[in-house]
Amino acid sequence: MKYMAQRDAYGDTLVRLGQHRKDLVVLDADLSGSTKTGKFAKACPDRFFNCGIAEQNMMSTAAGLAAGGKLVFASTFAVFATGRCWDQIRQSITYPDMNVKIVATHAGITVGGDGASHQCLEDLALMSSLPRMTVVVPTDAVETVKAIEAIAEHRGPCYVRMGRSKVPVLTDEDDPFEIGRATLLREGHDISLIGTGQMVAACMEAAESLAANGISAEVINMSTIKPLDTATIASSVASTGCVVTAEEHNIIGGLGSHVASFLVESCPVPMERIGVRDRFGESGEPEELLEKYGLTGHHVAEAAVRVIGRK
Amino acid sequence: MGDYDVDIIKELEQKADLIRHHVIDMTCEAGSGHPGGSLSSADIFTALFFQVMRHDPSYPQWDGRDRFVLSKGHCAPAYYAVLAESGYMPVDELWSLRKLGSRLQGHPSRTMLPYVEMSTGSLGQGLSVSNGLALAFKLDGSDSRVYCICGDGEMQSGQNWEAGMFAAHYGLDNITAFVDRNRLQIDGCTEDVMAIDPIADKWKAFGWHVIEIDGHDMIQILDACQEAIATEGRPTMVIAHTTKGKGVSFMEDNAGFHGKCCTPEERVQACKELEGCQ
Repeated sequence: MKYMAQRDAYGDTLVRLGQHRKDLVVLDADLSGSTKTGKFAKACPDRFFNCGIAEQNMMSTAAGLAAGGKLVFASTFAVFATGRCWDQIRQSITYPDMNVKIVATHAGITVGGDGASHQCLEDLALMSSLPRMTVVVPTDAVETVKAIEAIAEHRGPCYVRMGRSKVPVLTDEDDPFEIGRATLLREGHDISLIGTGQMVAACMEAAESLAANGISAEVINMSTIKPLDTATIASSVASTGCVVTAEEHNIIGGLGSHVASFLVESCPVPMERIGVRDRFGESGEPEELLEKYGLTGHHVAEAAVRVIGRK
Repeated sequence: MGDYDVDIIKELEQKADLIRHHVIDMTCEAGSGHPGGSLSSADIFTALFFQVMRHDPSYPQWDGRDRFVLSKGHCAPAYYAVLAESGYMPVDELWSLRKLGSRLQGHPSRTMLPYVEMSTGSLGQGLSVSNGLALAFKLDGSDSRVYCICGDGEMQSGQNWEAGMFAAHYGLDNITAFVDRNRLQIDGCTEDVMAIDPIADKWKAFGWHVIEIDGHDMIQILDACQEAIATEGRPTMVIAHTTKGKGVSFMEDNAGFHGKCCTPEERVQACKELEGCQ
């Protein structure tokens, strides 16, 4: 399996978009080397503005640039992009409906050694609770390219979440991508495994091991958290009758919460959520942390077996 | 500095009192709102919308217009009053302030009222928004300017200083910002709640061109705006010394009228005083 960092794909896509979108402006808050907006800074120095370590000003400045007709991308680590300036995003970006794209990297526990201060596990909750905000979580580098192109065309505020690590490439360049549309990566009839971001790979791994035990798992890549593709969820559970969700995020307010909210109101089925169970993270190697916090393929597979038992 | 026609100045002063009258009527009709800071900034609003800024009410989305950002969004009554008197909407619409279904929200909303360049209300964000607009103009080679009115209590918010650094760093000399220095905020005197002085020195230290004026002197306001336009390489901060509740004797220097409207009896008295000015 090929592994690639989504943030590299992000930087390259910005450079490519910037060549023909002369209205594209990129902001960063002293992390352009890590978020890879530095690639754009090098290619289009006149349209890149480093805001320094001042994320609140960056977000409201992004709103002003959008009010001035610009297509604005603002990037930093997820923990700063969403937590430190949530009010600026609410008041200056979503309430006035500005065309600002917040693209965050280093989300989730796989940030690793930096520890809990930098491991953002709450960003999906913070961003999806804002009216008018679109929330996209591409699963791999190939899908990241399409997601960035799609949000550039989409009119309105968007949040895109990426991790720090290199993640397995699960999708093909020819696979369609549409904001608000989940994709079926594997068909099955015993259980629906709905993953987002790098946890889609864990779902694929779980599906393999379940198959070895005679269980047929369907795997859905939920690359948009908001608006949630409820049609795909409904049609999948209509045939499987149970669900496990998987996300590298607090189980409160993320993918699992959104899927559960939909299912409870429309077609309740047995369900379990794989995610960080309302805790902060800690320092460690990404693989060690995924194991310790219950975010691996075998955790998903075990949850699947439990949920099937409740049908 | 400027050589102004006496009649124009007189007209602007009368207009400012009309704006004040509207502020009293609007907040009384609404039963709530923020008259104090609206009255202290009424002269600045009037100078900007009726003399200084380039805008065309018959073509509100004109690309070449200057932009206005009301960082202290609670002074929406004065903002709406100058928009109406400029011809963006009927004066009668002013009486819908804060009512269900009205375009005139308690704090300005860009999506509800399209003439509002940016929704504001959460203090401390307007200067940053102005940075973005000013940067967009620079990128486009436009000579439009950004005008921003901030409150003085608002200076306590750290984001202003992030914005201040940014504007100076990128040489955004197309920003003219005002601090409505009325010295009062909800809980009392700014210097008792959280001192902001020496506010002019602070902005100078942040690399801004700073002008101190009497914010109720129309000629000084116009002069400051001209000086800002002539200033190259640096944004301009006008520290406008004002009186909260200006124009209504019992509201002047009274923090109690920051976010409270007049009683019916006080309204009669306030209108009488303001009409006496005209």
